[in-house]
Amino acid sequence: MNNAKIRVATASLAGCFGCHMSFLDIDERLVGLLEHVEFGRSPLTDIKHCGPCDIALIEGGLCNAENVHVLSELRANSKILIAVGACAINGGIPAMRNHYSLRECLEETYLNGVGVENPQIPNDVELPLLLSKVHPLHEVVHVDYYLPGCPPSADAFLKILGDLLAGDEPSLPKNLLHYD
Amino acid sequence: MRAEPKRDTAIPNTITIDGQEIPFSIGQTIMDAALAAGVYIPHLCHRPGLTPHGSCKLCTVSIEGRNVASHTADRRIQASSSVEIDSRSVSACTMPAMAGQQIRNNTPALNEVRKTITQMLFIEGNHLCPSCEKTGDCTLQAVAYHLGMLDGHFPQLSPRREVDASHGSVVLDRDRCILCELCVRASREVDGKNVFAISGRGIDAHLIVNSASGKLADSDLETGDMAAHICPVGAILIKEHGYEVPIGRRTFDLHRVSEIGLEPVILAKVRHTDE
Amino acid sequence: MKHKPAVNSSHAYSIDHECSIDQIRSVIAQNRSDHLLHILHALQQQLLHIPHRAVAEVASHLNLPVGQVESVVEFYSFFHNIPRGRYNILLSNCTSCGYMAGGKNLLQLLCQLLGVVAGRTRADGLVSVDQTSCVGMCDHGAAMLVNDRPIIRLDSGRIERIAALVNAAVPLEGWPEEWFDVDDNIRSSGLLLKDDLVAGDGLHAMIARGADATLDEITRSGLRGRGGAGFSTGMKWQFCREAPGDAHYVVCNADEGEPGTFKDRILLHSYADEVFEGMTVCARVIGSGQGLLYLRGEYRYLLPQLQAVLARRRELGLLGRNILGQPGFNFEIEIVVGAGAYICGEESALIESLEGKRGVPRNRPPFPVTHGYLGRPTVVNNVETFSAAAHIALRGSAWFSATGTGKSAGSKILSVSGDCAAPGIYEYPFGVTIQQVLEDCAAKDVQAVQVGGPSGTLIGKAEFGRKLGFEDLPTGGSFMVFGQERDLLAVAVNFAHFFAHESCGFCTPCRVGTTLLKNGVDKIAGGHGTHYDVDELKRLGALIKRRSHCGLGQTAANHLLDVIQRFPQVIEQRLAHSEFEPYFNLDAALEEARRITHRNDAAAHLE
Ligand SMILES: Cc1cc2nc3c(=O)[nH]c(=O)nc-3n(C[C@H](O)[C@H](O)[C@H](O)COP(=O)(O)O)c2cc1C
Ligand code: SF4
Ligand code: SF4
Ligand code: SF4
Ligand code: FES
Repeated sequence: MNNAKIRVATASLAGCFGCHMSFLDIDERLVGLLEHVEFGRSPLTDIKHCGPCDIALIEGGLCNAENVHVLSELRANSKILIAVGACAINGGIPAMRNHYSLRECLEETYLNGVGVENPQIPNDVELPLLLSKVHPLHEVVHVDYYLPGCPPSADAFLKILGDLLAGDEPSLPKNLLHYD
Repeated sequence: MRAEPKRDTAIPNTITIDGQEIPFSIGQTIMDAALAAGVYIPHLCHRPGLTPHGSCKLCTVSIEGRNVASHTADRRIQASSSVEIDSRSVSACTMPAMAGQQIRNNTPALNEVRKTITQMLFIEGNHLCPSCEKTGDCTLQAVAYHLGMLDGHFPQLSPRREVDASHGSVVLDRDRCILCELCVRASREVDGKNVFAISGRGIDAHLIVNSASGKLADSDLETGDMAAHICPVGAILIKEHGYEVPIGRRTFDLHRVSEIGLEPVILAKVRHTDE
Repeated sequence: MKHKPAVNSSHAYSIDHECSIDQIRSVIAQNRSDHLLHILHALQQQLLHIPHRAVAEVASHLNLPVGQVESVVEFYSFFHNIPRGRYNILLSNCTSCGYMAGGKNLLQLLCQLLGVVAGRTRADGLVSVDQTSCVGMCDHGAAMLVNDRPIIRLDSGRIERIAALVNAAVPLEGWPEEWFDVDDNIRSSGLLLKDDLVAGDGLHAMIARGADATLDEITRSGLRGRGGAGFSTGMKWQFCREAPGDAHYVVCNADEGEPGTFKDRILLHSYADEVFEGMTVCARVIGSGQGLLYLRGEYRYLLPQLQAVLARRRELGLLGRNILGQPGFNFEIEIVVGAGAYICGEESALIESLEGKRGVPRNRPPFPVTHGYLGRPTVVNNVETFSAAAHIALRGSAWFSATGTGKSAGSKILSVSGDCAAPGIYEYPFGVTIQQVLEDCAAKDVQAVQVGGPSGTLIGKAEFGRKLGFEDLPTGGSFMVFGQERDLLAVAVNFAHFFAHESCGFCTPCRVGTTLLKNGVDKIAGGHGTHYDVDELKRLGALIKRRSHCGLGQTAANHLLDVIQRFPQVIEQRLAHSEFEPYFNLDAALEEARRITHRNDAAAHLE
């Protein structure tokens, strides 16, 4: 492996994998990218833990304790951390639950919801505990860059990575800037 | 003609915005003059034809060399006036244009300030654009694009605000309300009704419906009212029409907010009977 | 067990607490004033809240939109839509007369003794305890309002006795009378406090001199507004007098809400004749037939006495029709009482409040002198300004301008409080140094002085040579002394909460910004702030200061920016030694889930 390659880690926290899918939409351009980039911890590689990396791309906000652990690990190990997509940036769709209390959400889901059998709120110690609200990344760690969009387009991914690879301050042309 | 105040004809009725000389007529605000000349000053709570409001502060501009230690100075500004004497911040939408004003508008520093104010508006409410019917047609979003806003910057305040879906054809989702009072004014000044008001104080300020139950269903709001359509964000929406124009073909997918003339000038001005 | 998800509703009126419509109507009918604030106060006092159905009743009684009445109820701190206790106790949270003033948390103590949670009414409806912004008793130690009446000099002993009296449901009339005695505490007097002006003397002198010449005297005296802005009083009157309108109004600003200020309380208590006389002089000058005094709700206890002074003045022919026998010199004064909103001290918000609306500052121009109360030309002046005007009308401009400095003629009445042996009222010629005031009030080991209240300037030792006056350190009268023992960061926290609570919410920078400032200072005080947070606060503070709509926002960050600039070590020593700290407590964010799942294993916690 080429030592000069930039190491990129990715993670999906409280998101829908849409950002990852959109990233993969760069299609054949991935080949070119891989000449300069290698992937560390990522759902794309199935590497579960993070070693030191140059860039961390994080999709999704924080809805539970595990999200916080993963984010902290990535922050500690990455030089540049990028919040990718609406959920990472302001909580996004999962944050719609902030309209209700956690108890209301859980009771509606596990006790009172339509078609619930054996009503019981799960409390297995294996399950990550939920935060009382869904939070964006920048409330818990320092975020270096933001890539908005739901999801950001493949072009937007390429643009920000391209800029970083070139050693430029990343920027987005206005036509790639959208929140939906 | 009505009596014009006597004036020295040697002084032309112009102001200067970012070096560009712009004519104005008596009674116009800086915003009026700028828009008429095709100069964009970012704004959210302003709509030509309605009484200027001055609350969002997006239209903040700097006037150079304005004498601050005048009658306009409030007690608290005095203390700081000596240091800031060379420029004063005003709201373009409410400040009358006055001959000779040297105004800075489209500067990186001012746009940065406006971006911060826009971020404040985003984080104080719940703006989840991907789930919002208004996306693409939303002026708050478009202004944010214009200013290059990438994130909310501040921690989310995540308020819990009430949704009012009681009305047959209009829904009020307070999560997205930016308290611009356009609906309040449109209802009073154009529709000749008084459907909306702002209540509460400080960060708890919120839009209320002026009906005995506080519900839209009990108000006299009708789909044809200006107030039902004027909301710049997705707080007041017409039911069942949200996705008639597909995302990607909406106003701000095709236009930039800085293109002048996107917003209709309100011509029909009916005064509320109370006034 | 099946729970229905709680209705997610912020709507305040889900329950109506057994108030019949007849009860409501009778309160409205019996109220002698048709001012919205007064009717709402009567309802609040007698029904302990303003029930939802009362909102509609009041609206139809006054022919106002329901929305306006509702929005007023929700704007003012003293109105509630769920019942308060029959003893409604409000402890001041000011740094001088607040519940922490003696170093002990009296709010906590009282809540404990009464078995209540602050802000919530006890289940039996007997009592509610809450905190409120400065009540203007700063020279008397910790203070509270019980059903609109102030009790001063609170300490644990007195709190215990109060709790016992409440628990025994002893009516206020049976409480020790001396608790309610608020004396003036005048420590030094100058031009205005030295001798009482005999009621009517100022008016006689004005009539002898003529209105035009009196205006000249006021202008020439160099009198500038005592509310703080320091605008020339003579010029203000002149502008108003020249403004066209079918009526002109004189408004006295007795809202005195700046924490640490209580000098208007003394003027209203013991020198009310001067104040009313000044208003009457102004009326003559600008051609006004109606005056209004806007009294802050915290000073409601002064109302009977003020009404008595007005009645006496009417008897003496100093008020009413043909004053002092001058045909056509007609002037009446009405008192409107506020309901807990600092912003209503801002003159245009005050006018909105007088008009029965939320206290939201107007856009200016136009200014009150041309478009004020009911859109008519209006002079708004501070209590002290009117008092000075009465003296000048009698004694002339030279008498006044002989005292003070070039740009700051006359005297200034200071409200001195905080860490000093002799808090109280001090009247000085303008130009007095901070050092002098500190010596006079016997302050030892002073760390800092907050000049002009939270919206003013915080200065340290190095600047004690500075002078009070419009040239150097302007002040509306608040002078708060902080000794070496004071935690200035705790002070900053207090002030930041004050502004966030008092922001009217009209403009974005202040509405959102004051809350962000508050959260930011709390983070630092909680030991979770970093240098990044300090930079953020500086940037945010600068924006709020420069872009806000009115003086509240424009000064709301001053105190914090002053601490950061002048007392950096106060901040520094509290910072966490990391680059970034989360904005919320991660472990606490799991608490709700822990309770719901009954988990407490290691994975159920976050560092
Ligand atoms: C937030 C705020 C609060 C104020 N509070 C008071 C007050 O309590 N009393 C007062 O006289 N002026 C207050 N002022 C100043 C008034 O707006 C106004 O300048 C003053 O009443 C004018 O009177 P003067 O010229 O006699 O000072 C306040 C201003 C602001 C911005
Ligand atoms: S109102 Fe505008 S900014 Fe808010 S969520 Fe909807 S589209 Fe986004
Ligand atoms: S509902 Fe819309 S128009 Fe009305 S105040 Fe809110 S944001 Fe403005
Ligand atoms: S600065 Fe604050 S108090 Fe003043 S108008 Fe704005 S929100 Fe209201
Ligand atoms: S557009 Fe001027 S303040 Fe909103």
